[in-house]
Amino acid sequence: MNINEVPQDQRNIKPGDTLKKLVYAVDKDGKYTGVNSVGWEAENVVIKQAWDDIDEHLAETEAQVRAGTLSPIPYFMLRNLMDLALLARYAGKWQWQVKRHFKPEVFKKLSPAMLAKYAEVFNITTAELTGFGKKNA
Amino acid sequence: MSTTPFRHHQHAHCESGVTANLLRHEGINISEPMAFGIGSGLFFGHLPMLKVAGVPGTTYRLWPGAIFQRVASRLNIKVHTEKFSSPDKAMRALDDVLATGKPVGMLGSVFYLPYLPEAFRFHFNAHNLVAYGKEGSEYLISDPIMEDVTRIAPADLVKSRFAKGIPEPKGRMYYITGTSKDMDMAKAIERGIKQTCFFMFAKPLPWFGNTAIFLLADRIKDYPKKLPPRKAALYLGNVVRMQEEIGTGGAGFRYIYAAFLQEAGQLLKRDDLAELSAEMTTIGDDWRHFAYSAARILKARQSDIVSYDELSDLLRKCGTQERELFEKLRKLKW
Repeated sequence: MNINEVPQDQRNIKPGDTLKKLVYAVDKDGKYTGVNSVGWEAENVVIKQAWDDIDEHLAETEAQVRAGTLSPIPYFMLRNLMDLALLARYAGKWQWQVKRHFKPEVFKKLSPAMLAKYAEVFNITTAELTGFGKKNA
Repeated sequence: MSTTPFRHHQHAHCESGVTANLLRHEGINISEPMAFGIGSGLFFGHLPMLKVAGVPGTTYRLWPGAIFQRVASRLNIKVHTEKFSSPDKAMRALDDVLATGKPVGMLGSVFYLPYLPEAFRFHFNAHNLVAYGKEGSEYLISDPIMEDVTRIAPADLVKSRFAKGIPEPKGRMYYITGTSKDMDMAKAIERGIKQTCFFMFAKPLPWFGNTAIFLLADRIKDYPKKLPPRKAALYLGNVVRMQEEIGTGGAGFRYIYAAFLQEAGQLLKRDDLAELSAEMTTIGDDWRHFAYSAARILKARQSDIVSYDELSDLLRKCGTQERELFEKLRKLKW
């Protein structure tokens, strides 16, 4: 890639993103040099695809929480880009235990300490966690 | 206490960037491509069974952590590396070294680094960054992928250094304790290249090295036949992300490697390395062409079989050319 071919296609995926990353390209004498780039269309497409997929899953999960078929745990898990294995590690529980907490009836009976642990992992308050998906929230 | 102010240089890749910045601070003038090449960073791997967030893993470089160690050992540089059982110990140890004026490299999760753009912040736990001082309670940070230095609150740094998942950084930190006058660049370059050739031709495992490019090419051909469209698109998109997202310098580290071969050629006055650098650049351009074509298919939301077949052919071309290039590199006389 020549330095005049380094793409400058601005990323527009999340607000406030102005990072100009460094890529390597050759100048007119064939010498390699670092060049800043605000982004490349091909790269932007696949980063956006990854985030769109997360957003779609989030919307589906939120609907299920509101419908009362899932607890808020899987919603906040997704919002923190975690999967079951990772959340279990952070919560200090087995995966099957965390999976049980996905059930609204089990979630309702969780101890204040367990709820506080989840809230800490998700970087929210316990009230935000338990209140999510309620009619007035 | 050291009085040399830390000088931040932006680089493409976190680990080779940290390595270059730490070495330069000790007065060893080394570029990022040189650190990457001597540290044998280049690789290819495709692991259909190792799913990351439900998508098969693809990598264009060797598993993180090795570059700094290899560069240090190949250039006769003494380093101290340590991991910790608790955040308290890890932060205290960091403060102690910073108090002596020494910059410290650390491993951490990208997810908990608020200064990075949100678009890049996934649970990637093998990011490298440097702390070069403290002001009040905040740490002064040189993150090589950033244009300039930044700061971080201790609570965020703790979260990043003690992220959970695979791999777990466990507060790992590293710094240089001594350099040697007895530094043989030619030997270091030779060892770096030889090891990369060894890994690229590592047999008989099909998931690692050059053969893995052909494995991926075969798999991609089957995506539209075997997977629902959304999944096929996600699988393909992930390959391109690993290749072109921040940190690779373009074309999945192939341009950094070409820059390394060029610099090595100049340093050792070898035309053969310069020629191989130019070949690597062409191969990098082909990888970029693959990424561009893949993104075009994804954007058009077509998943017709013809286009995936074409992508598979583009990959095979990259694989064949790289095989020839590494055969030549392997046969170089030193």
